[in-house]
Amino acid sequence: MIDIHSIIFSPEWGFLRFAILVGICVSPALGVIGTMVVTRRISSLAGASTHAALGGFGLALFLQRVCMLEWFTPTLGAVIGAVGAAVAVGLVSIFAREREDTVIGAVWAVGMSIGLLFLDRTPGYVDWQGYLFGSILLLTEHDLIMTLILDAVILIPTVIFFPALLAMSFDDTFARLRGIKVTLMYIGLLILTALTIVLLINLVGIMLVIALLTLPAAAAGCYTSHLRSTMFLAALFNALFIFCGLLLSSIMALPSGPTVVVLAGIVYISSMIWKKYHSK
Amino acid sequence: MPPIIEVKDLSFAYSPGIPVLEDVSFCINAGQSGCIVGPNGGGKSTLLKLLLGLLQPDSGSISIFNTSPVNARAKIGYMPQYHQLDASFPASVMEVTLMGRIKPRTLFCYRKADRAVAMEALDILGIADLAQRSFAGLSGGQRQRVLIARALAGQPELLLLDEPTANIDPGAEEQFYSTLEQLRRQMTVITVSHDLGFVNRETDLVICVNRSVNLHCATDFTAETADAVYHHHVNMIKHDHACFCHCEKESPCHD
Repeated sequence: MIDIHSIIFSPEWGFLRFAILVGICVSPALGVIGTMVVTRRISSLAGASTHAALGGFGLALFLQRVCMLEWFTPTLGAVIGAVGAAVAVGLVSIFAREREDTVIGAVWAVGMSIGLLFLDRTPGYVDWQGYLFGSILLLTEHDLIMTLILDAVILIPTVIFFPALLAMSFDDTFARLRGIKVTLMYIGLLILTALTIVLLINLVGIMLVIALLTLPAAAAGCYTSHLRSTMFLAALFNALFIFCGLLLSSIMALPSGPTVVVLAGIVYISSMIWKKYHSK
Repeated sequence: MPPIIEVKDLSFAYSPGIPVLEDVSFCINAGQSGCIVGPNGGGKSTLLKLLLGLLQPDSGSISIFNTSPVNARAKIGYMPQYHQLDASFPASVMEVTLMGRIKPRTLFCYRKADRAVAMEALDILGIADLAQRSFAGLSGGQRQRVLIARALAGQPELLLLDEPTANIDPGAEEQFYSTLEQLRRQMTVITVSHDLGFVNRETDLVICVNRSVNLHCATDFTAETADAVYHHHVNMIKHDHACFCHCEKESPCHD
């Protein structure tokens, strides 16, 4: 039996304490982006972006090991894959205005397949399960620094441009008529979403990123009636789910990603039921 | 005094060969109000989007306040149909109304003056008491009023309302009509409506859109005119209403 005392103080649990720290640091960014993904209804677009990240990741690993391109790190590959896919799908939805779901499905499946093909041909051991389902052992100090930078990159513009963000989320046509650069803001939102996704991959894995992006924000939406407070509560929920989920998974020797997501799912379903009976 | 809206030889098609609007010319002068009517698919929404500069004409020109629709946007208040928007969006009535005050340079939060104007707009619509309520919790008719208040908050000189009577709460109709009447005295109001009864009651000009556009003086807009536009018999109730329009004969750009 693992006791709480040793988790808090013992050096052998350092990786867990570090993962919790990274998780809590990623929460503010995640709260803002998750709320935007839920209110703008772009969760499937975010899903496509997540799976395209695996394509970029596989390509980068392959080039690193086979073509000796040392500078082409897997994280850089994942960023290129995720941002490229998000912006491409976003542009299709703006300018083609139809078959968006087909494009999302294609990017989703093809992105992931490209990744798996490259990983298959990459010599040497690849912990691809860690990328699919998350492995908190993969977290490094580099992740923590990137997380703090991401927080700044997301929170500062959100505070500055909040009125425009609110107006464009509610009614983008009206916001455009009032002179707001809606397309530019939307593309910016997609890029920040993709960057958040890449950071989350190490924490919960590609398969579960979407859950962590949407469930806390959707649960928070059950209790709030302002965009700002939804973001704030979503960030709190994120920190809470990651903290409790990681702790629980360590104590019970469960995989970390699924534990966090199941916890978020339980709170989401309870919140929906609460809202249904409370609003009557 | 130049007309507020001047449309000349306008044609528009979403796909080549299937024109939605063809050879449309009309103008609306200061002080006139119009109602756009016509069958579904006749081009009402397309005309509205062209007037807002959301679509560009294939040929011909639109000038609003003597400039292009895009440049005139700051003077135009627009109310979309509320069901085009997310019904569960987390925002208060005040927050939605304040969106009418937004400018590209609105950073951090709105100013006190913006709030005062938004509150005034809510007051005109008779919903100032709802300011702090959640937009998602309102009835359809209330939401429509909030969206009109949002359009008014921009202090427009031209108000474009898309189906303002579609979801009006029973009982609130009379008050709503008198609100519109009041607005018509302060600015040019153009509405899109399916409700032909609404037409004669509230407007000077009837803008009939069915690929082509014809203007009628509201008192001249009879059951026969409506039948011709809709290509089948339309039941109409004639509202007796003083019409002080001087549309077709005196409009300089209408032939």
